[in-house]
Amino acid sequence: MSVFKNENGRPVLLAMVKAIQANKQYLGDVDGLIGDGDHGMNMNKGFTMYGEQLGDEETTFSDGLFDLGTVLLNKIGGSMGPIYGTIFMEMSDTADDAEEITVEKFGEMLQAGLDGLYGIVDARPGDKTLVDTLYPACECIKAAAAEGKDFAAALEEMKEKAEAGKESTKDLAAKYGRAARLGERSRGVLDAGATSCCIILQAMADGIKEVLE
Amino acid sequence: MQRILNNPDNIVDEMLAGFVKCHSNIVKLVKTGEDNPRGVVAAVDAPIAGKVGVVTGGGSGHKPAFVGYVGKNMCDAAAVGEICSSPTALAFLEAFRAANGGEGVACLYGNYSGDNMNVKMAVKMAKREGLTVKTVVANDDVASAPKDQREKRRGVAGEIFMWKCGGAKAAKGGSLDEVIATAQKAIDNCRSVGIGLTPCTLPAVGHPNFEIKDGTMEVGIGHHGEPGIEVCALETAAQMAQRMVDVVLPDYPFVEGDEVAVLVSGLGATPVMELYVLYDEIDKLLAAKGIKTYRSYVGNYFTSLDMMGATLTVMKLDDELKEMLDMDTNTMGLKQI
Repeated sequence: MSVFKNENGRPVLLAMVKAIQANKQYLGDVDGLIGDGDHGMNMNKGFTMYGEQLGDEETTFSDGLFDLGTVLLNKIGGSMGPIYGTIFMEMSDTADDAEEITVEKFGEMLQAGLDGLYGIVDARPGDKTLVDTLYPACECIKAAAAEGKDFAAALEEMKEKAEAGKESTKDLAAKYGRAARLGERSRGVLDAGATSCCIILQAMADGIKEVLE
Repeated sequence: MQRILNNPDNIVDEMLAGFVKCHSNIVKLVKTGEDNPRGVVAAVDAPIAGKVGVVTGGGSGHKPAFVGYVGKNMCDAAAVGEICSSPTALAFLEAFRAANGGEGVACLYGNYSGDNMNVKMAVKMAKREGLTVKTVVANDDVASAPKDQREKRRGVAGEIFMWKCGGAKAAKGGSLDEVIATAQKAIDNCRSVGIGLTPCTLPAVGHPNFEIKDGTMEVGIGHHGEPGIEVCALETAAQMAQRMVDVVLPDYPFVEGDEVAVLVSGLGATPVMELYVLYDEIDKLLAAKGIKTYRSYVGNYFTSLDMMGATLTVMKLDDELKEMLDMDTNTMGLKQI
């Protein structure tokens, strides 16, 4: 249970698509509290468009991430298009058509996604954005790789870290994005991006667990 | 929700179809490939060889902004996003191409995180195609951040003066750097503030996503309902004018003897007659301070769907900006002979 084949990407990508579709309304409601309420709609639109494009085809994990990132970047716009587009495309580049994805490689991919994100936004941990979900998830997988942990156990831990990271945004005041205009008044509410990022990472983890060998 | 709609998810493309049909003497829809199926709105004669291209873009729901300022002596092309959501990087890139007359492109847009990211990416893509694009980011909304953090302020109706002056400079044969400098000066000389009386509703969401209680108003509200600096009891037009002037004037600061352009824009659902009542009060206050209004504009110039309320924008003028402002223009949103 320590690697999965890059060629078995389809179930992972499909799990991500289904998770966003299932949470369309929830994400809209979360965003509506301090944003403009269109996060669920836009994410659902982008992920569904990718799902339709994939159809019944197989895909590698790295190609799937690239194609999903391209759809988000080119078809969705807003802030989430470039943000998730960049994360997925950087992750894909780092997978570099590897035949097998190890915990270590997965950690490198998450780090590349985070680095790519840092290249286009100023947000860092503690600013009430999706960085608060992605950063601890990435650190957790890198630590698991360094300690030689089992992939499945590492993924379970990542799901918990992502969840805790998402929950932490509730007590933070927004510094970036539309909610930043609320400043102190944004406290007490989850960040919509951190919430969707948690949903995506948890679905990705569950999808990977299905194809671990 | 009492709205004129088919499927609300398609409202932007359906609006564009009607817009380009109605204003076919001013604009056209340009589609250069499959990558950006929506296409971009360009002036009928764009690109004009030998002229710096002027591009803008932003989310929909702000009519006449942004497509309504494409036309003679203003913008050459505009990228169109979903409602309250930035256009894609590819849409901005397509607008750059549509406006490119061989002398580079000035992208003049508002300070919002999505627009910043997508423009940044589009500028990089354009560079790979050998197309030089320089940018000016509008940040005229005083209420959106303190003065020492001006770089965080949003762009609002001051963008119209930025497009007017930048567009005129390009039309007069200015180089890319000159167009950028003039547009930057225009927006640097602008200060704006809004007052919201009711929230707006995204058609696909169906209900307002923020609240302004009956009998209250929000001073400093943003174009997407971003909260302002103060919620207070609804006041008379004279008192609203006083509040707006008190936010805008000291920030620049505008002082006795200054010549200015004044723009009062409705936010979408306020009757235009009320805007004139507000303008009259604002004009009295400016005159009392010895500030001379050189040109004034009142109407629905930059709106927020069905929000009620208004924005005030004041721009300090010098000889160059007066010349730019005076130039004739023919767009859907601004016609001047």
